[in-house]
Parts: sequence; C-alpha cells; structure tokens
Amino acid sequence: MASAGKVIESLSPNERKILPYLKENVEEIARNSGLDKTSVLRALEYLGNKNLITLSHSKKKIVEIGVNGALYKKKGLPERRLLNLLGEKKILKLGEAQKQSSLSDDEFKASIGALKKKALIEIKNEKISLTGSISEISKKTIEEKFIESLPADYDSLTPEQMYALKSFERRKDIIQIREEEKVIINVTKLGEEIIKSEKNIGELIESVTPQILEKESAWKGKKFRRYDVTSPLPSINGGKRHFVNQATDYARRVWTEMGFKEMSGNMLQSSFWVFDALFTAQDHPVREMQDTFFTNRKAELPSNFANAGKKLDSNERSWELDKKLVKAVKESHEKGVDGSRGWRYEWNEEEAKRLVLRTHTTCISSNTLANLDKKDIPAKFFAIGKCFRNETVDWSHGFEFNQSEGIVVAPNLSFRNLLGYLQEFFKKMGFEKIRFRPSYFPYTEPSVEIDVWHPEKKIWFELGGAGIFRPEVTIPLLGEKMTVLAWGPGFDRMIMDYYNIKDLREMYKNDISQLRKMKFWMK
Amino acid sequence: MANVTFSRKQFEKEIGKLDEKMQNKIAMFGTPLEKFDNEEMEIEVFPNRPDLLSYHGFKRAFLAFLGKQTGLKEYKLNKPEKDYVVIIDSSVKNVRPYTACAIIRGLKFDDEKIKEIVDMQEKLHLTIGRKRKKIAIGIYPLEKIKLPITFKALEPDKIKFIPLESDREMSGLQILQKHPTGKEYAHLLAGKSKFPVFTDAENNILSMPPIINSQVTGKVTGSTADVFVECSGFDFPVLNKCLNIITTNLAEMGGKIYQMELRENKTKSITPDFSPEKMKINLKNANSLLGLELNEKEVKKLLEEMGYNYNKESAEIPPWRVDILHEVDLIEDIAIAYGYEKFIPEIPEVTTVGEQDKKEIIKRKIAEILCGLNILEVSNYHLTSKAEQFRKMSMPEEGFIEVEESKTDYTILRKDLTHYLLKILSENVDSEYPQKIFELGRIFNSAKEEEHLSLAVSPANFTDTRQIVEYLSKMMNLNFQISEPDKIPPYLIDGRTAEIKLDSKAIGFLGEIHPKILKNWKIKMPVALFEINLEEIFGELE
Repeated sequence: MASAGKVIESLSPNERKILPYLKENVEEIARNSGLDKTSVLRALEYLGNKNLITLSHSKKKIVEIGVNGALYKKKGLPERRLLNLLGEKKILKLGEAQKQSSLSDDEFKASIGALKKKALIEIKNEKISLTGSISEISKKTIEEKFIESLPADYDSLTPEQMYALKSFERRKDIIQIREEEKVIINVTKLGEEIIKSEKNIGELIESVTPQILEKESAWKGKKFRRYDVTSPLPSINGGKRHFVNQATDYARRVWTEMGFKEMSGNMLQSSFWVFDALFTAQDHPVREMQDTFFTNRKAELPSNFANAGKKLDSNERSWELDKKLVKAVKESHEKGVDGSRGWRYEWNEEEAKRLVLRTHTTCISSNTLANLDKKDIPAKFFAIGKCFRNETVDWSHGFEFNQSEGIVVAPNLSFRNLLGYLQEFFKKMGFEKIRFRPSYFPYTEPSVEIDVWHPEKKIWFELGGAGIFRPEVTIPLLGEKMTVLAWGPGFDRMIMDYYNIKDLREMYKNDISQLRKMKFWMK
Repeated sequence: MANVTFSRKQFEKEIGKLDEKMQNKIAMFGTPLEKFDNEEMEIEVFPNRPDLLSYHGFKRAFLAFLGKQTGLKEYKLNKPEKDYVVIIDSSVKNVRPYTACAIIRGLKFDDEKIKEIVDMQEKLHLTIGRKRKKIAIGIYPLEKIKLPITFKALEPDKIKFIPLESDREMSGLQILQKHPTGKEYAHLLAGKSKFPVFTDAENNILSMPPIINSQVTGKVTGSTADVFVECSGFDFPVLNKCLNIITTNLAEMGGKIYQMELRENKTKSITPDFSPEKMKINLKNANSLLGLELNEKEVKKLLEEMGYNYNKESAEIPPWRVDILHEVDLIEDIAIAYGYEKFIPEIPEVTTVGEQDKKEIIKRKIAEILCGLNILEVSNYHLTSKAEQFRKMSMPEEGFIEVEESKTDYTILRKDLTHYLLKILSENVDSEYPQKIFELGRIFNSAKEEEHLSLAVSPANFTDTRQIVEYLSKMMNLNFQISEPDKIPPYLIDGRTAEIKLDSKAIGFLGEIHPKILKNWKIKMPVALFEINLEEIFGELE
C-alpha cells in the first residue's frame, strides 16, 4: 500500500474538499463542501479507489409527488373540492355537482368513490347529498396529510400512509415511486489517518498552466498533486490504413527489395489477355459465365490494356504488331508452336474480344511480356491486385480476392529457381515451413501448388499456384523461346491468418468499431 | 474440378496401407487427398488428367508412380468379330459428326463396379466432355442389341423410344421438352433439324446422344457381361482418347477389349487404337528446365514411373493421356516422378532494379496525409448494386457496366466511392462519433477505369471537409481550386457544394449530403464529404 503521504498528495481538490465530511451522507457532503452531487459521488469513488473509504450501496424506494399530485397539493384534492361545494349546497344533482365543482369525469368519479367510502355523502335519485358533519368534513383526510408529507421513504411509511398510497396508486399521476441508491460510506484506517493529517499538507499544484509558468514563485518548491498513473482510461483511436492495404503494401516492399518492378493494369480486360494469351482453350470451363464475370462489351484486340484512366503512351503497340500477336496466339491454340500439338480447334477472334473482370492478375503478366523490349531482359515484375470470380458469398468464398503476381524473364531459368523465389517470399510473409506439390494450370508446365504449414492448427493450407510458362504462351508473346517463371498465389488467406480472421466476409465488412481496434501489420 | 471417391479397403488391399507416408505420396503425385475415413477416400483430379477419374485409372498410374508396375501398360486388343461394325451415316455430319466405339466382353459386373463406371462416365462428361458438348459417352448391354450398329441423324418426330428413367415411349422433341435429362441438355441440340441416334440391326434406337440412352437397350445391369461402348462428338482424336480411358478401365475390371470397324461411305477405320504416340524428349532440355543433372538412365526410370516407355530420347505416351502436347509436359512428369519435395529451391542471380508503381506511391502518400488527420481507411467491393449506386443516391441509372449472370445482388461495377462511404456510415450508426473515413480505389466510369479518393466525415459540415481538401492540396504541393459549381450531384445540398479543380480541370466535388439522401440511408447525423479523381493528380506529380 502506498504511504499516507503519497496518497494525500494524490488527492484532487474535490477529494480534499469532501474529506472533512465523510461521516455524513451524500446530500450533506454536497451541501457542506459546496460541490454538486455528481462531483461528490465521483470524488467518493476516487477516494474508494485510493482505499480511504469503502463504499456500499443500498437501494431505497422514495415516494414522490406526481404531476397531478403537485397540482392537487396546491388546489386541493378533487374530493376536497367536491366536499367544500357540498358543505355549501348540501344537496345537488349529480350533473350540477360535477359542473359546479369543475372536475373532469375521472376526477369526479374518483371523488364520489372516495367520499362514499368515508361515508361523507350518499346518492339517491341522481342526487348527491352531504351526510357527514361539519367537523368531520373540515378535518384533513389521511390522503391530504400524506400528500403534504411527500417525499417520503417507502419503507418507513405508517399503515395509514400506506393506505393512502394504495388509494393514490389507482389514480393517475398523483404519486410516483422512485428507486434511489443510497451510498454508505465507511472510512478506513488509512482514511482516518489522512483526514487527520490532510490539513498539514499545503496547497498542491493541480496542473501546469501558462499562469503558473509566468512566475517562478508560483511553482518553486511546491508539490504537484500526484496522479494515479495506473488507473484505467477511456481508449483513443487513430487514423490508419485498411489492414488489407497494410498487408499489400508490405508485399510490395518485399518484391521491390528482391528487385522486382511493379506492373499494373485494368481490372476489365479482354478475354484475350486473361485467357487466350495464356493458352486457355476457348471451351475451357473457366470461360463460362458461372465462373467468370463477363460484361456485354467487347474490346479491340489486343489493346485496351491501358493503365487506369490513361491511354497507352508511346509504348503503345502498333496495329501491325497487334495483328501479328493475335495471329501468333491463334496459331498457338490451333496448331501449337515449338513442336506442341496445340488444342486443335478453330480459334474464334470474337470470343477473345469479350470483356471480362480479370479472374487473375496473370493477365497483367501476359500483357507485360507482349510489351517487353528485348533489351530489357533479364527482367523481374510483380503485381498485387484484385481479381474476380462469379461466386456466391459465404465464409470461405467471395467474388473478389487479392492476388500476388510475379514473373521472372531470363534465359536458362529453372524450376528450382521458381521454388527459390517462392520460398523466399513466403518466408518473408511469415511462413517458415512450406511444401510444393504438383498442380495444373493451362499456361504453366511444370506447375506447382504452394502449401504452407500452419503450426497451431497443424495442417497444410493451400496458398496458390505457380509454374513456368508454357512455350505456347511465351513464344507468341515474346517472339522467342525463353523461360518465364510465373506465380499468382492468393493473398487473402495470408491476411486472414495474420489477423486470425475466420470469415472471409470480415475482410470487407468495414465495421468502424472493428477497424478502430484492428492491429497494425507489424512487418 | 472433379473429385473421385473410392473404397479405402480396396486401396489398402491392392495398393498399400494409407499411412502418413502414403497420404503424402498421393499429394505428391498431384492428386491431393481431400478427405478420408475408415470406409472411403476422396482424391482431387486436375482437369488435365481425365484418365485418373476412376479407381482403376488412378490405380494404374499410382502403382507405376510407386515403382510397382512401371512402364507403358499394355492391353490386349482383339480384332473385330463378325458384325462388330458401326455404320456412320452421312446425315450425322451437321449434327454430331464423329464416333469412336468398342466392345468389351467377359465383364463380371456388381453394384460396386457399375457405380464406378457410372461415376467415371459422369465425370468424363463434366470434364473433357465439356458437359457432353464435346463428348457424350454411351455404354450398352450387348445382349440386348443386334449388331451391326448404325449412327445416323433422324427428324425428331421420327425418333421414338423409351428413355432411361421413364416408362413410356417419347419422341425426340418430347424428350427435350419433358424428360428431366432431356431438358437439362436440350440446348445441345437446339436449332438442329435432325437429332443423332444409335440404332441396332433391328432398327431399335439405343440412344439419342448427347442426351439419353434407351431404357430397353441402353441400361447396364448386374447380369450384363458384354457391353458396347461409344463416344460421340466433334473432335475425333479426343473421342479416341476418351474411348481409351473407358475401355482400358473396363479391361482393368476384367473385361476383354474388342475393336470395332467404323464404316463411313467407303472409308473404314478401326477403334480403339492403342498404338502409343511418340514424343522426343531431350535430356538437356529436361535438365535445364528442372535445374537437375539427371542421366539418361534416370530419365528413363522416371518416365516409366509415370507410365511411359522410353527409348533413345523418345517417350511412348500412354494412349489414354490427353494432356501431353509438348516436351514440357513430359518434363513435368519427370519432375513429379523425381519428387517435388526433393528439389532444392535456389534463387538465381538475376540482377534487376526494384521499383514500385508511381501511382501506388502517390496513393500511399495520400493515405499517410489523411491518417495523420485521424481518418480511417476503409475498403469496399468494386461491384455494387443498382439500388445502392443509383436509387439511394437519387442518381440516374446510366453510364454503368453490368456483369452477366452474377450470383449475388452485386451486378454492376461501382461508378463512385461516395455511395459506398454512405453505406458504411449507415451500417455503423452504433459506432462512436465522430466517424471519419476515406477510401482510395478504382471506379468504372463507362469503360474507363479511374483511381479515386473519397472521404466522409460525420458529423461535419462543408467547412470541415473543405479544410481537409485544402490541407491535402497543400501537403501534395498542388494547387486545388475550390469553385462555384455549374451543376451539382443530386445527393449534395445546393449552395453548400463546391467543385474541386486542378489546373482549371474539374476533378471532383465537395459538399454536405442532402437530408433526403441521409434519410434513404437511415443516417441520423449530418455528413459532409468529397470525392476526387486522382488521375489528373498522378499526371501532375509523375
């Protein structure tokens, strides 16, 4: 426990103000200290935290006067007003009595009931007559006495008062019962000690203000009030990047550190770049509407690859070159190149023009290869971007996902080199143990699937594919045979794993409270 | 992708115990073990390997991979017997021009085997069959058929037979209109004046491909011993491969394969044909692509473990493999047999300079500036709904791109970020205020894609957001001009909306959201926001 001296120095001005009155109840403390009740309660709470007092609470019911009750207290209860009228007139028709007493229907009925019960009136032939004596009617009724005694403590009501309460409860808004919490203060030993010595402590500086700083004498040799530096505080929130973008920015850094140049491109692409240039036959199931988002628009071949909002610049491929490329891709599908047998079908240019939402970022790679200047080889490129699949949405599926794409173009690259880049990237993403297993993509051979080991769940989980581009892909695009290592693992599962997100939908839920709490990507 | 399920008991009896090592082997063969229990096991088969779409097909390949039965497996092909003939009438030319056929005899069918055959047939239909468009497969009990068989096309009303799973005779058209399978595949015969059929020597209809078999002559049962198998479609080489997959699978089950003679006009051909295609495989190419130093003996062994024969730089390809187009396909199989787990990853020395996309750098700087103002970045879908993009924003439905047959309510590409920010504010009315959010992202303006920035603050007024716009402008060292707009977006309050310009080019709006829009979104706090097109800014800063 802190020493009494330090505790005293930590007391706020309000706490010190109420210190002398702790033997009293809250209302009295408020009156004596000149603080309002809320401040007193707060100060008591703090003193409790500092172990000067213990607080206990007891609940108390208070009977208070209601809206109508307040009115009646001033003007008299309706039955009193009727009784007064009858004291004067002795006998009256019912209608007359209500009219002259100017009571509402409810009030009039209630008054009749109340007076009949006390046997002060009787009703015969639609007439109302006084039966009580003058002395009887001039006495205050128990209800009147009760209303004057309010507010009262419910638990200490006399049987008479209780009777009046019950009869008022049946009538509208005469009384109301409120629950009040009563605070019981017990001063601890430490509290007693501090109360005794508090007066010896001089004035403490509450806060460092410009006024205090003006004169050295204002602070020199003085003590500052001590804070409870450990007390809990309300939390604050800062601005920050969306966690998915934090992660993609990290991956961007990883790739650039490894010497890769970033590629970008439109999300709406012709089927040419998404499928045909990647040797995906035109009857491949991925090219059906249940898997891919098609639009009703068509693109020119093979351009329409301008970066967002910008036309192709001087690097724009000439129309002749374009025609040559389209022809080469067509031949690759129909007859094959470099000894390949091809897919052996009639390639349809119109099908290649259909505009789709890219299903993978690999379309950016196919375009980059087509535009690559031979003198820029060797070259390494990467892209990170959103891709789309026509899916229903559930915990593990969505129609949008992030992909991390990469290609390495150089002579004499090998499958082991491909695995080398992948291993390094996933290590930097935090996965130490990875495995490669055979897979299939129409545009790579050999193809590989990357699994990473989840040490807590003790399972391998699939992160996506990679491979070496087939000659049927590279020869039409590059115009020559060249090994091109390529990969395009999904990115979202890594983010979900890092943030321990179980449901894919959480990634784009944009729950503000959740985003405020979300941790930074600390890599 | 197709998964194949088979009995674990059979696997363990005929192949080996399914311990951890074996599970790993299965994955490393390229057929991930999806799940297993005491009774069954399920593997995934990639679309390039339809020959693995049945237990027996998988067993053949996997035993070779394990080194137990290596090399090209040979099957005895019996010459056609009398009447083992299929006459192809020229009328099929415009409907379904090709077929490849065979007869298998001496089968002992039981429920298990019938199930395997039916499953395989269905999976072949789905995968290389392209949902029966490219290939349709029929298997018929030979005892119900009188040979020879004719493949021809008839007018739909002349086709009459009882289709499978039915008890009454139907015409060709009735089948397409009323039979559940007929309805499912009707589109494959849409617009054809004649439909293809197989008939026997007594003119009984066996089937109407690619739709359905006859209940009488086209249903294999437990008592069937001999079957007629046909594949019909548009690509003869692929039909042959498919027939090879089926017939060798039936041979694995104990059947004897008989060839059939196909007669078309005056030409005759024989199917099935198991003579293997040859492909050159160059040792140097393989080693350089894989980064290994294998000798010829090793390459031979590895290829044999993948079911090939190898002789003098040439591989004999199993006649049921559909995926070997180029030498690289052989090289991949060498890699699989070698074992992906044995490759030692190695980063090569390829010296290049890394570089981030300029636009991404600018976007990140903008995000940094705004985060410094305690604003939270959000991220939304690129697809949206018409209701949220237009109706709730009082915007006219125009200039948007719609996707076809979306499986969700998100059917169009977003035209702006603003409506998404309002959506977020409307979904977060219970979160602590003030709420300050921004998004950097792609929007689709007709066919043009643009990077935009939108920012919303609630509660806030015009001044609050204009201060942010001006701060941003100053920090980027750009000269945004705030000007009186000619026309304002319908969701902003007139008189409290300004146009944002850069070099006198309009790049966006800032203003207070009109109460009628807030009401649409059920937002009970004032909102002020802005949205700007970043493309001009990129141009200026790059």
